[in-house]
Amino acid sequence: MSNGPLLQIRGVETFYGNIRALNGVNVDVNAGEIVTIIGANGAGKSTLMMTIFGSPRARAGQITFDGTDITNMPTHEIARLRIAQSPEGRRIFPRMTVLENLQMGASLDNLKYFDEDVEKVFTLFPRLKERITQRGGTLSGGEQQMLSIGRALMARPKLLLLDEPSLGLAPLIVKQIFEAIRELNKTQKLTVFLVEQNAFGALKLAHRGYVLVNGNVTMSGSGKDLLSNPEVRAAYLEGGRH
Amino acid sequence: MQYFIQQLVNGLTLGAIYGLIAIGYTMVYGIVGMINFAHGDIFMVGAFVALIVFLILTSVFAGINVVLFLLIMMVVAMVMTSLYNWTIEKVAYRPLRGSFRLAPLITAIGMSIVLSNFVQVTQGPRNKPIPPLITEVYNVGGISISLKQLVIVVVTALLLAVFWYLVNKTALGRAQRACEQDRKMASLLGIDVDKTISITFIMGAALAAVAGTLYLMYYGVVSFSDGFVPGVKAFTAAVLGGIGSLPGAVIGGVLIGLIESLWSAYFSIDYKDVAAFSILAIVLIFLPSGILGRPEVEKV
Repeated sequence: MSNGPLLQIRGVETFYGNIRALNGVNVDVNAGEIVTIIGANGAGKSTLMMTIFGSPRARAGQITFDGTDITNMPTHEIARLRIAQSPEGRRIFPRMTVLENLQMGASLDNLKYFDEDVEKVFTLFPRLKERITQRGGTLSGGEQQMLSIGRALMARPKLLLLDEPSLGLAPLIVKQIFEAIRELNKTQKLTVFLVEQNAFGALKLAHRGYVLVNGNVTMSGSGKDLLSNPEVRAAYLEGGRH
Repeated sequence: MQYFIQQLVNGLTLGAIYGLIAIGYTMVYGIVGMINFAHGDIFMVGAFVALIVFLILTSVFAGINVVLFLLIMMVVAMVMTSLYNWTIEKVAYRPLRGSFRLAPLITAIGMSIVLSNFVQVTQGPRNKPIPPLITEVYNVGGISISLKQLVIVVVTALLLAVFWYLVNKTALGRAQRACEQDRKMASLLGIDVDKTISITFIMGAALAAVAGTLYLMYYGVVSFSDGFVPGVKAFTAAVLGGIGSLPGAVIGGVLIGLIESLWSAYFSIDYKDVAAFSILAIVLIFLPSGILGRPEVEKV
């Protein structure tokens, strides 16, 4: 255990071919925090999430997790440090059942805590229990989102990365999922790093936030401060509270 | 009628060997989406390793203990061919992963030629015979069923069951299916994708080695060029059964075996391959994903 932040991102640059997607990003996530990144489409939010896992790899800069330099570590070894992600597009295994998808999430411990953990996920998302034998590809978008988050939780993560958990979901379910995240953070001290387009909900939920514009962090501060910042309001919050 | 059933028995035996080889094609295709054209030659190498082990065993021990010999031949062949296939994957296919689809395919054809030429150079171009290991033949109502046919069918059924269980019910199989469906997500969950793919190549090679040993035992002869035709037939079987499906591979293999033996029995032995491939074409017209192939209905 180091004394610094749990996740430290320093000067990270990521490219797709010759196109620069991240331009020297600095982000800290402290243990026990909920930190959010907000930004428009194409700002590089999802790229940042995947760069943490080395896929794509950062071409410059350094990423450390829990004191370990993970910048050039193979993706599966990064996952084994207990970073779990519910990625962009959910990436449910379509031809596996809900149960098998959750089992995949628990691969790290070889299903040692499976029964105990799966009950927690079902308490969080009772809908998944009803769908347990159904194939992932046949679930609705909202159910897939729940499964994606549930699968990430099955890994007993120290750090949970959530990429747009609210995308395409009904407001009621979004509220449910945000509530679940807050609950996990409060009761289990789970550290959450959240990417959202739903800036209002995310900033209300998060302790701290960063604003990402064209691959640069342009602003950062506590969730409350950003919520009341006129620039943030103008760019991300006007046009309705979700 | 007796003649017909006799041909069924013969076709079933042949088909079982095709099926064992086909499983290797199907597993590799399922997980990396490439056709390992060297797989037929891996099968041939397996037969040769079994042959060499047999020769060593007979020169060391005076008598022949058939069961023990066959077991040792199989195990050594499995280990050796696994090593071959693992190496091929590592040096020839892995560096090309992520490049355009034709590259690994062409490399696979290259590896196939390398293997058969390697065996031709080191073992000579002639057919290599062994004395018959199992000679018992049973007569059931006028149909002769040899013990070696029974061994082949039983071993195939057993291995299919074991591998089906491995793929569908174990953590390893789950990891394999995860890599097949979404490699990137699998690695996000801590699955070592490279290792999983290596294991798949090893499993396929082990089955090909068993098929090679059984082939040697059944026909009593093997040559360096024996990888090609059974390889192509087994590949056809995998496509026919629905590529990606293990039971499909064996069903496809048995079908090809039956078509071949029945066609040879009633029409002309010269055109048995034409018959087998014509049936393949016809089946694919009506069932494009094969007999047990997965239908592509998914909500996105």
